[in-house]
Amino acid sequence: MSQQIISGFEAPDRGHPELHPGDTVKVHVRIVEGGKERIQVFQGVVIRYRAGGNDANFTVRRIASHGVGVERTFLLKSPRVDKIEVTRGAKVRRAQLYYLRDLRGKKARLKERRRNKQMVTEAPSGN
Amino acid sequence: MKGMIGKKIGMTQVFDDNGNIVPVTIIQAGPCHVTQIRSKDKEGYVAVQLGFAETKPTRLTKGQLGHLKRNNLPALRHLREFRIKDGDADVAEGQEITVAVFEKGERVDIVGTSKGRGFAGTIKRHGFNRQPKTHGQSDRERAPGSVGQRSFPGRTLPGQRMAGRMGNERVTIQNLEVVLIDADKNLIAVRGSVPGAKNGIVMIKPSVKARTK
Repeated sequence: MSQQIISGFEAPDRGHPELHPGDTVKVHVRIVEGGKERIQVFQGVVIRYRAGGNDANFTVRRIASHGVGVERTFLLKSPRVDKIEVTRGAKVRRAQLYYLRDLRGKKARLKERRRNKQMVTEAPSGN
Repeated sequence: MKGMIGKKIGMTQVFDDNGNIVPVTIIQAGPCHVTQIRSKDKEGYVAVQLGFAETKPTRLTKGQLGHLKRNNLPALRHLREFRIKDGDADVAEGQEITVAVFEKGERVDIVGTSKGRGFAGTIKRHGFNRQPKTHGQSDRERAPGSVGQRSFPGRTLPGQRMAGRMGNERVTIQNLEVVLIDADKNLIAVRGSVPGAKNGIVMIKPSVKARTK
């Protein structure tokens, strides 16, 4: 009974695509700066996905300038996450891709796996 | 008069208007009934007595039922008093009070009974430090250490903190923000934690600290 009441407080589903570890994603984040709102895109590989109610979250790793790895965790149901685009799926054999942190350059590549046709059409040609 | 009796449902996290995630405790509050108004002339102090949680009449004593019957109220399991200032009684006996008396963004104090910890040692009960695990030590890790001096004063002074019963006592958490109110379901969500276990009975009162500001 208690759990039923608590689940009533769950934020509505925001219609994001299904995410899997290894996916390359573009996360459109709403940023409020001095009263103005703008959208920033964070692109990288999903190295972790944690399910669960309002706390559901995923971590995206991208290689910034000078080869510095940057990881950012987003709450899946946060209103600040405007849109998520999946541009590429990859064949991975574990749920948490922490091993990517120790690899750089060519070794840090993941083999592509196309899960459905829809995803291929979604992928922008410039990538 | 602002105040409610409620039942702690549990904790979760919700998004606020700015998109921040906020830890909240959900309380099923009310509907409460005003069971009695205590007056200066009769009882010597001013307070409003509220009743909460309808139950079977067989679960109450005849005395309790008679007390409720004065205002034709159903059998209520929990009664609590809320002290108010003289002349502040803007409610009548028998009146129903719902979560609508509180507003979103308001500050409240929550009174509950903390979880009982049984006979707890000094580390858990008073936050003492642990003693070394190594350096020739044995069996002294969680011991309290010295409780006194020498032949003067020759006794342990009163007030020395020691092991004993912990928890299961009245605890007030002050100045919690009301994050959400669901008037249809009689639910109120406050930021942060609230004393006691799930299904525990809590009192919600306007914040003392916010009032003095």
